[in-house]
Amino acid sequence: MDVARVVLVVMWVGVTLYALLAGADFGAGAWDLMAGRSRPGMPRRKLIERAIGPVWEANHVWLIFVLVVLWTAFSGVFASVMSTLYIPLTLAALGIIARGTAFAFRKAARELWQQRLFGGAFAISSILTPFFLGTVAGGIASGRVPPGLARGNIVTSWLNPTSLLGGVLAVLVCVYLAGAYLCDDAAEAGRPDLSEWFRARALVAALVIGAVALGGIAVLRWDARPLFDGLTGRALPVVIASAVFGVASLALLWRRVYPLVRAAAMLGVIAILWGWPLAQYPVMLPPNLTYRQAAAEMSVLVATMVVIAVGVLLIAPSMAWLINLQRRELRDGDLPE
Amino acid sequence: MGTWQSAVSLLAETARMAGSAASPGGPEILGNAAAAPGLAGPASPQDLLAARTQMALSLGWHIVLACLGVGMPALILLVEWRAIRTGDDAYMRLARQWATAIGVLFAAGAVSGTILSFELGLLWPAMMGVYGQVIGLPFAAEGVAFFVEAIFLGIYLYSWNRVPPKAHLLTGLPVLIAGTASAFLVVCANAWMNTPRGFTGTGSVVRDVSPWRAMFNPAVPHETLHMIVAAFMVSGFLVAGVYAAGMLRGRTDRHHRLGFLVPFTLAAAFTPVQVVVGDWAGKEIARLQPAKLAAAEALFQTRAGAPLSIGGIVSGDRLHYSIEVPKALSFLAHGSFDAVVQGLDRVPRPDRAPVGIVHLAFDLMVAMGFGLLLLSAWLAWSWWRRRETPRSPWFLRLAALSGVAAVIAVEAGWTVTEVGRQPWTVYGHMRTSDAVNPAPGLWNGFVIVTLVYLVLTVVTLYVLRLLRRAGRPIAPQEPERAPAPEPR
Repeated sequence: MDVARVVLVVMWVGVTLYALLAGADFGAGAWDLMAGRSRPGMPRRKLIERAIGPVWEANHVWLIFVLVVLWTAFSGVFASVMSTLYIPLTLAALGIIARGTAFAFRKAARELWQQRLFGGAFAISSILTPFFLGTVAGGIASGRVPPGLARGNIVTSWLNPTSLLGGVLAVLVCVYLAGAYLCDDAAEAGRPDLSEWFRARALVAALVIGAVALGGIAVLRWDARPLFDGLTGRALPVVIASAVFGVASLALLWRRVYPLVRAAAMLGVIAILWGWPLAQYPVMLPPNLTYRQAAAEMSVLVATMVVIAVGVLLIAPSMAWLINLQRRELRDGDLPE
Repeated sequence: MGTWQSAVSLLAETARMAGSAASPGGPEILGNAAAAPGLAGPASPQDLLAARTQMALSLGWHIVLACLGVGMPALILLVEWRAIRTGDDAYMRLARQWATAIGVLFAAGAVSGTILSFELGLLWPAMMGVYGQVIGLPFAAEGVAFFVEAIFLGIYLYSWNRVPPKAHLLTGLPVLIAGTASAFLVVCANAWMNTPRGFTGTGSVVRDVSPWRAMFNPAVPHETLHMIVAAFMVSGFLVAGVYAAGMLRGRTDRHHRLGFLVPFTLAAAFTPVQVVVGDWAGKEIARLQPAKLAAAEALFQTRAGAPLSIGGIVSGDRLHYSIEVPKALSFLAHGSFDAVVQGLDRVPRPDRAPVGIVHLAFDLMVAMGFGLLLLSAWLAWSWWRRRETPRSPWFLRLAALSGVAAVIAVEAGWTVTEVGRQPWTVYGHMRTSDAVNPAPGLWNGFVIVTLVYLVLTVVTLYVLRLLRRAGRPIAPQEPERAPAPEPR
């Protein structure tokens, strides 16, 4: 059995969960920014707060999981990525600080100006963090992070067409995911007026994503040819699937079938996320460092899998309980008019 | 100790058998990074200093919150249990207040911890690139523990009044267990940097990696225990200090008295334990890292019957103006007044830690520890004689500062551990100057991060002050109970 491949897949499952759960939290922060002036925006912000309140801390741990698995199982790749891309990663880290604390502090604040200040920090960092993480993905995918310590250019490795595409797409995907979730949450909370408000804007977001994705194909063909070839070759079925799910979620949103919108949006994001590694497999750091060359020794991979297995046994039931509590809070609580 | 080591080798053997088919090669990605023109060269001294200071700042900040994350759940569960047992509402009020505080503090602790995992890669990629696989295991396990802690904290804070009281108490138990486990696991990783095990080879390639042997290295027992006890002390003294300050301002109601007495008693009970653990840790360091002990004690000459030097100023290769207790160091380090204690003269000059800082930090830690011990003894004496807290206002004044003293002790202790290990990042294997990110401009990152931490400190303290006027839930995980104030 190829344990390194198993670890790689497990790590990417972590990335997927981070995108689906924390991504929606980031998106919710962006919606918070767009929710309008203080008074009309309040019920929308309350819904957002309630939707992410109980889970936002736990969701965010997936990032730590991914980092730790990467540095344990593929230490050299971790070192190469972190040292070359330290600027966008530092900025993403600062965004994580601002976001996590501002959200917590806003709830403590009483004065309107404090709520605005913390709310603003929460919302802006919710957009910047996924943007910078997206530029990191773009830098890796376009082969701008060579193996070795800070061997890549520390500026152009993340300020380049593919990185910008990655950053913008990451933000849009978060916004769309959160919009889809919030439509459903508002409907479940018995507030069709809020659902309508989010629905109209989520529809716009979906159309923008479609446009950016189509334009992105041209960008990749010009700027990251190997990735483009992979996406239009081996990964083509997944790319088509992401488009199909995207269109389906759009149609379902149009017809207000909210629970299915949520599912379709999630599947669309999963397809996008898995398209990338499939396109460049078995290469981990393009152009040619494969995951096998980067993998740690077998003893390490086995130990990592043991810990992850124990972790899943502990975390899965507790997480299910927490999410169940969160759903109940959404159904039972009253939202201000 | 024998059982400990045999258990570790058993684990290591099991792991080795499981992974007998070693993967071909191994990650030799980082070998001989000769810098290409226009790209990164070796890190400048300024960048190295910036990276070290940034790491120290981030760690020093996180450590306080991490201590509270370990110790406060114990305090909260203790008062909640008393409330259920006695039906006393004062205990329940404290439990609610502290639970809300930990909800906010956890938010700050979670992000500052995440930043540290970024910084391990951003600042020290050479260490992580070579040794990441050796030391990843405790970090992975810590990730699991932290996850459990975050989930159950969410459940605990959400389910007040929504489940029966005893069931609610039980939902808090995993928070305490997972928090303590996190502390254990993270300190395991630090212990490995002091006593690296579980691999062969040096430089940019390691082989024969045994992650279990690396995780359960010889420095684990004393380092982890010392830290976990410290976490309980910091939490107890800090929380008690807040209420002591309130009592000094005349708020001597039952709420304040209990809010002072419960955490102070818990911390006071741990203080003598810490003295014993600290003594043991000193003996282990004498055995495992004699160079670090020599730096901590500012012992320049190897000698039998070495004296314990308290205070003093290091200048050149000498310690001036210190108070010397004859033969005490030999006794403390090796259990005999005439034992030989290794001095810095046995350490090659480039391998010596900065003696002045390490010695000062060590004395500061010990001084704070003994100060807290005396304060605890004062309370114990008064309680034994008269069943009440000491009447002198000086007791409350000192108690109000006890939390600060405990934090100083922890920071000083980490200074001894970390600066005392210099110039090594991985003791005897990789120097800090070789571990740092060679990318240019680390200095800028340091300036920005420092400003961010400054703002974060001010805001956290401000929000905690808001909490004192408790009444409405404010932790992000908590559901709303009272209607939100009307927007203007």
